[in-house]
Amino acid sequence: MQGRSVYFDHAATTPLKREVLDEMMPYLTEQYGNPSTIYKLGREAKKAIENARERVAKALNADVQEIFFTSGGTESDNWALKGVAFANKDKGRHIITTTIEHHAVLHPLKYLEGLGFEVTYVPVEPNGIVDPQKIKEAIRDDTILISVMLANNEIGTIQPVKQIAKIAKEKGIIVHTDAVQAVGQIPVDVKDLGVDLLSLSAHKFYGPKGVGALYIKKGTKIHPFSHGGAQERNRRAGTENVAGIVGLGKAIELATANLSEYANRLQKLRDKLIDGVLSKIDHVRLNGDRHNRLPNNANFSFEFIEGESLLLMLDMKGIAASSGSACTSGSLDPSHVLLAIGLEHEVAHGSLRITLGEDNTEEDIDYLLEVLPEIVSRLREMSPLYEKVKKGGN
Amino acid sequence: MYSEKVLDHFMNPRNVGEIEDANGVAQVGNAKCGDIMKMYLKIENGIIVDAKFKTFGCGAAVATSSMATEMVKGKTIEEALQITNKAVAEALDGLPPNKLHCSVLAEEAIKAAIEDYLSKQKQKV
Repeated sequence: MQGRSVYFDHAATTPLKREVLDEMMPYLTEQYGNPSTIYKLGREAKKAIENARERVAKALNADVQEIFFTSGGTESDNWALKGVAFANKDKGRHIITTTIEHHAVLHPLKYLEGLGFEVTYVPVEPNGIVDPQKIKEAIRDDTILISVMLANNEIGTIQPVKQIAKIAKEKGIIVHTDAVQAVGQIPVDVKDLGVDLLSLSAHKFYGPKGVGALYIKKGTKIHPFSHGGAQERNRRAGTENVAGIVGLGKAIELATANLSEYANRLQKLRDKLIDGVLSKIDHVRLNGDRHNRLPNNANFSFEFIEGESLLLMLDMKGIAASSGSACTSGSLDPSHVLLAIGLEHEVAHGSLRITLGEDNTEEDIDYLLEVLPEIVSRLREMSPLYEKVKKGGN
Repeated sequence: MYSEKVLDHFMNPRNVGEIEDANGVAQVGNAKCGDIMKMYLKIENGIIVDAKFKTFGCGAAVATSSMATEMVKGKTIEEALQITNKAVAEALDGLPPNKLHCSVLAEEAIKAAIEDYLSKQKQKV
């Protein structure tokens, strides 16, 4: 199996599908019109955007008027949090979130704290899932917003957003969910979830980079993201990324068309991978709930070794993956998510995230299961932390 | 991100292991920060005749350990004490800025192992 090239980092990004590119191409070339202009070239571009909006709305069970295009997940999250905070500050200045959110949520919240808002960070349980009761207990009279991700980007755990939204609705609190990792992996229905805002990003489900969407339920009080032209019904000024939006529309249509078949296939591969790693390697743990997780996510911590070294050695074998190691991020602290589920720093440093995609096969899993034990063993032989274990300690 | 030399020393680290009769041994760094280097030196008549290491850390930590052990071998204690983190990084054709702390750790490991040797020598007197 030498010489294989295997991509296991689909949570980072996915390859653009050929069918998606084919639909985008005319809008990058001959159909270059500005959708804000009134002549035919512009009208065609506008029509393409509205067609994409319908596709996104259909995929999420939303109304077309509730879909707003953005530059991606980070912008959608920023807009949702700041837009709701600014528009509702007279009602209250308290926001609730969890300790395992993506930085696209945590950093704007830190920014809002600097402006006088108060944020409660609710911890998750050791299985990486937040207890809705703890969210309920964090609610105050001045709580205006609850933001809880639908699925975690590192450990893949699926959060009880529907239950949280139900609790929030009883108190009239706005609910946002970052669904960037969830769309294209599990069914996402905004009405069923009961959320007011939902973020998504096209390149996580085989669409182009640099384009995303924010679902804003009709009637939600929110400030515009940017000011300028009248694009996106005066809420997000700036000439639209027409080709990107067309790509998003096509990608979400494809991603939701055969979702259960796709998810079932990946889940089988994921389970084979998890069972294989846990049985072939000692001193390893699976991070995040064993079952209530995305069908394509497996996240492990290998004791006594460091994640970046693991990634480099996998790369030498043609395998691309990810880690929660501090050394991959440039900070000294490992992933806040791994620390939030109770991992000790030294264990969190040795983490590996494998995220599967539609091109992955059973042979890819076999290959990983063949090379991973060797690599872990090689790094442990080099590790002073492993000496004790080797010499009979633990 | 990493130079070819760093990758070479990471993939083919020189001098990995322990020296059974090492007379200068030190461990620097801490697991919480993700880097631990343990260095073993065999010193005879003031000259470092052998050096080995064990490292828990990233690619740069392994490569700097490997390079540091190569650099100290054959040197006198005084010469080895002059090896700076900058010299280790340069010998690897440079390190990314956020990885320079790994070369600092390598310098510290050399110095600490020599200190261990010197303190053992004092005890003998």
